[in-house]
Amino acid sequence: MGVEIKVEGLTKRFGRQTIWQDVSLTLPAGEISVLLGPSGTGKSVFLKTLVGLLKPEAGHIWIGDRDLTRLPEADLYETRKLFGVLFQDGALFGSMSLFDNIAFPLREHTKKKEGVIKNIVMEKMELVGLLGAEAKLPGEISGGMRKRAGLARALVLDPEIILCDEPDSGLDPVRTSYINQLFVDLNAQIGATFLIVTHDINSARTVPDHIGLLFQRHLAMFGPREMLLSSDEPVVRQFLNARTHGPIGMSEEKDLSELEAEAKMGHDPGRLPPIPPQLMPSDGRARLAQAAPGAWLRANGIQAPPGSFIDDAGVNWTQEWPRYVAAQQQPVAAPPGGGPQ
Amino acid sequence: MTDPTRRDGEVKQRTRGGGTLRPVGDGFVNLAVKEPGRFFALCLDTFRAMFKLPFQWREFIQQAWFIVGVTVIPTALVAIPFGAVLALQVGGLIRQFGAQSFTGSASVVAIVREASPIVTALLIAGAAGSAMCADLGSRKIREEIDAMEVLGINPLHRLVVPRMLACAFVAVFLNGLVSVVGISGGYVFNVMLQGGTPGAYIASFNAIAQLPDLYQAEVKAFIFGITAGLVAAYKGLNAKGGPKGVGDAVNQTVVITFMLLFLENFLLSVVYSLLIPQKGM
Repeated sequence: MGVEIKVEGLTKRFGRQTIWQDVSLTLPAGEISVLLGPSGTGKSVFLKTLVGLLKPEAGHIWIGDRDLTRLPEADLYETRKLFGVLFQDGALFGSMSLFDNIAFPLREHTKKKEGVIKNIVMEKMELVGLLGAEAKLPGEISGGMRKRAGLARALVLDPEIILCDEPDSGLDPVRTSYINQLFVDLNAQIGATFLIVTHDINSARTVPDHIGLLFQRHLAMFGPREMLLSSDEPVVRQFLNARTHGPIGMSEEKDLSELEAEAKMGHDPGRLPPIPPQLMPSDGRARLAQAAPGAWLRANGIQAPPGSFIDDAGVNWTQEWPRYVAAQQQPVAAPPGGGPQ
Repeated sequence: MTDPTRRDGEVKQRTRGGGTLRPVGDGFVNLAVKEPGRFFALCLDTFRAMFKLPFQWREFIQQAWFIVGVTVIPTALVAIPFGAVLALQVGGLIRQFGAQSFTGSASVVAIVREASPIVTALLIAGAAGSAMCADLGSRKIREEIDAMEVLGINPLHRLVVPRMLACAFVAVFLNGLVSVVGISGGYVFNVMLQGGTPGAYIASFNAIAQLPDLYQAEVKAFIFGITAGLVAAYKGLNAKGGPKGVGDAVNQTVVITFMLLFLENFLLSVVYSLLIPQKGM
């Protein structure tokens, strides 16, 4: 049920260019984490390093009790079977139909009969809404469909760890919501550890349990969702609220003079917007790893911005949560409110 | 959190430390040591992956068929003028010696021993290698190779080994094809256009030529196929920078393969002439 990934002091360089250095974080087993960062801060590189496609210059990546950076090749391939990875463009095999693409891991790694494979593939295709497109080649479908097909292929071996590189880029807002809901539902069902790299602030605010932010060649912050959403750290605050006011400039980072000028102007960073409630699984159950809304804030004595944890239907989730959890204990009870969507 | 400006300073200092000749030195080291080193590493990995089970028969047959498709017709078309030109040049010269009945043996020696491996090399490098490199390169930049590795499949075992062996397998047959077509071309030219006698052309076949000539040509063709496959795999799997990167990789594949194949051809010819006693000498 999910595997913990522990990253210690990871550093990656290309030639003399440092991509990021001394990144340490722990992706807790069975929880959803999101990695944010301005374009070009090496988020995709981080993802590729996590699966051992790129060798880091320093540091360790512990998958369970195995250090991915030191594994011999044969063990590395074995360990990778734990992963399901969705690449930026889906990375489908161009010469195979969607069906064959999704069946590929099953045919390579399992001795399942063709009939069984067909059932599994069809199930996953239905999950991502691609039924009827089995015979199409990846070149014949849209980018969004390729991405969803890539996701289906990543899911087909029931991975313990799911890594997604910008699942929402190139998708329309409705499909993005569906994909987000899919991640939450999947996490509730199979309990895999998720790491999602994204630019989409809405997804980043509502989906994960943990958020990390890469900025200026290091990990600016990694922690529980509520910690980052209530943080006063300028970079975190600027990024999570999509403002121009803050240390992030148009070209990666503002220089000192710009920052000073900004400070003189006395821009008020504004009040923190309310923390939205987390996206709930669509079957009206709570995810195993899910924490009660506001629990982290209470534990650390931080006042949530006014209007936090109230969904579109006006349900206050700090009050709703105990009832919601209690309702789950009774098997036939109807979910209250239907979840905040 | 550390101060970002200080870190920038460090980076700049490090770059400045190298001096102006640094890029040149780096480029030379890269060309002379790193690239060949990485290439040999890939060769070793590929040979290790070759003995891993299960062998990818399907991929092997598909690739062999594909290579046959792109090479057979050009090979035959190149082989005809080769045979004809040999017959023309040698035939003219040999007639002046009054040894016209030996035109056949001259063609056989020239074509079977040298020309057919060369033609095979040209086609294997130019047609099969470039196609293979383009295929692997475009897979690389579309992240298909990465995806495959992440799915726990070694691309060397799944893609490169079957391609390399298919290339070698087809090269062996191409070599035979060039010999047959070349000799036929020489025959047609000699008998029909230069007025040679069919009997003499065929009868003189084994005056100088011997069976090991054919064997060494086939061994050469096999090695050429392996080399072309490895270079194409190396360049293809290291393609980067989008479609232009694939184009560059294909271009380099063809050039490098040509040079390697001609070098190998020379070395193998020398070794052959040292090891096997020549007939009629």
